[in-house]
Amino acid sequence: MSSEAPSFKHHVGHHFADADQEFSANKFGFWLFLATEILMFGGLFVAYAVFRGLYPEMWSEASGHLNRIMGGTNTVVLILSSVTMALAVRSAQTNQRKATVGFLVATLALAATFMVIKYIEYSAKFHHGLLPGTWYAPHEAGLPVQGNLFFGMYFMTTGLHGLHVLAGMIVITWLLRKAAAGQFSSSWYTPVEVVGLYWHLVDMVWIFLFPLYYLI
Amino acid sequence: MASNAAAAATAERPNYLNVSHGLKSWLGTSDHKRIGVMYLYSILAAFCLGGLLALGIRLELFHTGRTIVDEKTYNQMFTLHGIIMIFLFIIPSIPAALGNFFLPIMIGAKDVAFPRLNLASYYLWIAGAVLTLVAVVTGGIDTGWTFYTPQSIRQDSSVIWMGLGIFILGFSSIFTGLNFLVTMHKLRIKGMGWFDMPLFCWAIYGTAMIQILATPVLAITLLLLLAEKLFQVGIFNPALGGDPVLFQHFFWFYSHPAVYIMILPGMGIISETITTYSRRHIFGYRFITFSSIAIAVLGFLVWGHHMFVTAESEFSSMIFSFLTFFVAIPSAIKIFNWTATLYKGSIVLTTSMLYSLAFIFLFSIGGLTGMFLGALSVDIHLHDTYFVVAHFHYVMMGGTVMAFLAGLYHWRPKMTGRMYPETPSRIAAVLVFIGFNVTFLTQFVLGSKGMPRRYYDYLEQFQPLNQMSTVGSWILGLGFLIAFSSLIWSLKNGRKADRNPWGSAGMEWRTATPPPLENFEGEPVFEYGPYDYEIMYAKKERQGE
Repeated sequence: MSSEAPSFKHHVGHHFADADQEFSANKFGFWLFLATEILMFGGLFVAYAVFRGLYPEMWSEASGHLNRIMGGTNTVVLILSSVTMALAVRSAQTNQRKATVGFLVATLALAATFMVIKYIEYSAKFHHGLLPGTWYAPHEAGLPVQGNLFFGMYFMTTGLHGLHVLAGMIVITWLLRKAAAGQFSSSWYTPVEVVGLYWHLVDMVWIFLFPLYYLI
Repeated sequence: MASNAAAAATAERPNYLNVSHGLKSWLGTSDHKRIGVMYLYSILAAFCLGGLLALGIRLELFHTGRTIVDEKTYNQMFTLHGIIMIFLFIIPSIPAALGNFFLPIMIGAKDVAFPRLNLASYYLWIAGAVLTLVAVVTGGIDTGWTFYTPQSIRQDSSVIWMGLGIFILGFSSIFTGLNFLVTMHKLRIKGMGWFDMPLFCWAIYGTAMIQILATPVLAITLLLLLAEKLFQVGIFNPALGGDPVLFQHFFWFYSHPAVYIMILPGMGIISETITTYSRRHIFGYRFITFSSIAIAVLGFLVWGHHMFVTAESEFSSMIFSFLTFFVAIPSAIKIFNWTATLYKGSIVLTTSMLYSLAFIFLFSIGGLTGMFLGALSVDIHLHDTYFVVAHFHYVMMGGTVMAFLAGLYHWRPKMTGRMYPETPSRIAAVLVFIGFNVTFLTQFVLGSKGMPRRYYDYLEQFQPLNQMSTVGSWILGLGFLIAFSSLIWSLKNGRKADRNPWGSAGMEWRTATPPPLENFEGEPVFEYGPYDYEIMYAKKERQGE
């Protein structure tokens, strides 16, 4: 247990009766926000189903050109980052400032690893002309004509997911500053809690995205 | 109570309007009432702009051939009219302006759950409006408000600005809905159970469900459209193997539920005004609450009825048609309950009540003509004709706009502290009602005779009815001119409004006019429900009022 007493005092919003009401309102609001995220990614998964239904052979052929090793590594990296994020939330709840900071740094490092691997994957695809729409110009023979659609969907979905990882990294950095300043304690840790929820969602999206694009 | 009344008598009593001054105190406010007022004037500006475009469209159709503008401009005008009216006016209109101001007060809360998010939603609206104007300046688009591909991909760069603008407006709408949902869940006054909540709040609840669950799909649709335009991804482009009908599915998966985002809050207002101006408890409270939720849920299951004449399979069309008829049930439940509320009520024909009765009448016509369009065989004939235009305007303008005006006249005294002049307002209401029917009833006839919508020119034989419709639009315009100018006049010159000018039982009429910063003087107490007129009268009698 950390010995430092929380010097920071969070002020409950003027329109809330108490801190409990504020916390439950914030958490409920955030869950609703997560619902919007699921619906937004949902659209991309529907489009995936439609095109896979329209061009089943092209889909499995093009899918073979994704790098399963890198995708698999990234899956492990993201799941690990979810673990460190959960531990960061736990540390914030139990007043362990140093542990909170440490786990947040670990989460940030894992997120960065994910982005670096993604960058390597993307550059390989660019290099081989495996691109969406009119940019589709595969160098190797035997790639299906409509592969442009597979890569269109692949880049849209992983791209939007990647943007969410980047956004997560920005808010985790913001959390890190607050955590280092000792603002979180067992009496107020709402931001860590909700960013944690967000981070798990980003992780979950990838867990669905990975088998659908890489493993079929 | 007595000291409150005495305080109300003095002019300098602190309220949300005089608590601070200057532009900065408004632009940076987190008070839901001020945000509601800012929203109100912004959406009214959008309404006037969209209305002027509508007058222009009708004027162009006065004669066959060219009357005032060329084909391209005409196409851009009706596109812009649709986009402004739908995304800038009608979607935010009732929830973000009137709902923002009154929902927290009606449930006895001091503010919405997330005041800063509320302000952010207003600024997103502004950003969306600015981007829409940028799209106009950079050349405008002529796809109609539906952005169907591949036509929208062939537009020049202005479609990017327009798409981005509506993407941002979507977030503004999501933030509003999310905020209200949490507010209703967490901030209801002690003692107010779910089924003590005013029906306006229940309607907003259903609306918020749709805003949260449907709008993200519009967001991804527009993102894909932008990607299509910027990077030629091919997903909606048939030339690259993509599927343009997928765009329609995506678009209507949002835009059909969105018409319930537009109409549900209006239905909520009617439940408030009908009870107030007939001094009766609402008939069938629970049926109305559940019908709001039923509309919100069923609204998600009928999008395919916009696509009966596309590549949609006959089987799915049949299912969508069946489900479409299903939506009529909760809507009819509301109409019947409102009329039952009027029965044996002591009806006062204020301006607000006139608009409410107009709503019931016009929305019934709009709803019933929706049945024509939901029937597969009839739709083949009526699809993309003026019948659709008339139906849509009967539900959106005859429905939502009438309800919005009913709510505006009902609540304005509370918002501004001034009464509006009753006589000119009533004359305006009658003019609006007549003008509306002359404009759009003729369009049902035009449509059933086969005049296609969105066309720049028409056959000679349609000219008399088109001219009648255009004359109707002038009467409508005159009605709005009288209505708005008398409202502006009353801002300074209106009689001072007291606490409860209509004798309503709602929570919002138990606080001062205009309300103080945190909505109530002292801690509010929940004494009786929003429609408990008998309890209210009994209480007043005991107090000797």
